[in-house]
Amino acid sequence: MKGWNEFEIGSVLFPLNEDGMKAQEKMPQERSYTENSSRSASVAHWRVQKPVHNVEHCINCFFCWVYCPDASILAKDEKMSGVDYVHCKGCGVCVSVCPTNPKSLLMFDEVEEEKDALKKWPQKETK
Amino acid sequence: MASKYELSKIEVWDGNMAASHALRQAQIDVVAAYPITPSTPIVQNYGKFLSDGYIDGEFVMVESEHAAMSACVGAAAAGGRVATATSSQGFALMIEVMYQASGMRVPIVLNLVNRALAAPLNVNGDHSDMYLSRDCGWINLCTYNPQEAYDFNLMAFRISEDMRVRIPTIVNQDGFICSHTAQNVQPLSDDEAYAFVGEYKTKNALLDFSKPATYGAQTEEDWHFEHKAQLHHDLMNSVGVIEEVFEEFAKLTGRKYSLVESYDMSDAEVAIVALGTTVESARVAAKSAREKGIRAGVVSIRSLRPFPYKQVAEALQNCKAVAMLDRSLPAGAMGMLFNEVGVALLQNAQNKAILSNYIYGLGGRDMTQEALLNIYHELNENAKAGKLTHETQQFVGLRGKKMAFN
Ligand code: SF4
Ligand code: SF4
Repeated sequence: MKGWNEFEIGSVLFPLNEDGMKAQEKMPQERSYTENSSRSASVAHWRVQKPVHNVEHCINCFFCWVYCPDASILAKDEKMSGVDYVHCKGCGVCVSVCPTNPKSLLMFDEVEEEKDALKKWPQKETK
Repeated sequence: MASKYELSKIEVWDGNMAASHALRQAQIDVVAAYPITPSTPIVQNYGKFLSDGYIDGEFVMVESEHAAMSACVGAAAAGGRVATATSSQGFALMIEVMYQASGMRVPIVLNLVNRALAAPLNVNGDHSDMYLSRDCGWINLCTYNPQEAYDFNLMAFRISEDMRVRIPTIVNQDGFICSHTAQNVQPLSDDEAYAFVGEYKTKNALLDFSKPATYGAQTEEDWHFEHKAQLHHDLMNSVGVIEEVFEEFAKLTGRKYSLVESYDMSDAEVAIVALGTTVESARVAAKSAREKGIRAGVVSIRSLRPFPYKQVAEALQNCKAVAMLDRSLPAGAMGMLFNEVGVALLQNAQNKAILSNYIYGLGGRDMTQEALLNIYHELNENAKAGKLTHETQQFVGLRGKKMAFN
């Protein structure tokens, strides 16, 4: 274990193992991150409920992507593709902004299996 | 390019103007400020210098002192030379960010023009804000007159930005008695001053995109202690750099400063320990006391933090009686100088001097020559008796029934 005299002053952390200018030209997943980067370290251990995504109802409006405070909504080929559970804190903001009926994102217990969650999905609500 | 300011060999400046010129000469990148009495003219003059073309840097007007210090932290982390000024309530509002600045080790220079803290509301000088700054992890330098306010501002950048230090630094001066009292000040020319302060060197600058850095990381019981202890270690060790800078400044100007200043101490039997403008008043009083046959001296400190523990004891080691004068409400304890200087003496000095504590000058109440002479008389009585002839803590010039403790 490190001692007080082995840390960079100012508790400054360096997220990259490589030159930042070069890293900018690469896709995020191709950059070399240090263990001090929040990309490498999970910051989701205090989550008690998780959002589950249901593609059946999703209209790819990306409201959830815009509002997620932890940039934990994953997107691929212009489609919402799920949640990054290594960084999601379980705040539920994505669920509250999802405009579909029924919602395409819902909070479930952390231990709930995704396939079981999908089976419990509610029907369209009548107004 | 900023225009050069033509200065005379001797200028008539108050402490605020002296500080403003030193800030101008240091060619600061960012000053973020929210003016407050009595420090207002520092940033007001600075703003005028900027409008008149004497400064190239940015002046950021913010909505509060909390925002001022926050902007300073951001600018310093980004990689610029940064300074600001404040007093009293403004400083109290900054205090949260003061700890951020020292924890992040960003070298900022803060002019703290000392003023009382409300309530009751008061704009005059005492050392309440200086005492509030004691534990916030900054280097804390003390000046007694406008010349020193100028000199210490230039030296503060050198100390704070030194790669062996990188700790933000406060320069204290007394509200009004120093900040608004014009005296002769011998400035350096713009070129000489800038050559002394030197080009700003960055360390882990946020704007260095080749090495991205994260400031403001969170640590809990796992690592918090180590980071705080590291700051303490480097603060304690900054003594060496402070003394180096004092030396170099003396070579340039002939004005020699020490961590502990001794006045007439070589044969002194009794001494007053004080801070701020009271140091000069006490020197005058010591002279009069000597005319009355009391071997009186004055000891004062230049750096409240790092505290010159051994040096202050050394300066007082041959005294029989010592009075610590605190210009801040101790609020349920003995005064800070009494506690800190007293323990330094207890640990380091051979003789056991008789110690006393005087609380004085709150909210700008005058400290008169008569009151200072009276303290020397009481010290002399204590020295002769070999024990305290009154209670340890007394209150100078307090109206009403006599108050004293311990
Ligand atoms: S629960 Fe909160 S953190 Fe997790 S994906 Fe939704 S908005 Fe983001
Ligand atoms: S807010 Fe709902 S509908 Fe819109 S992309 Fe996200 S999950 Fe899909």
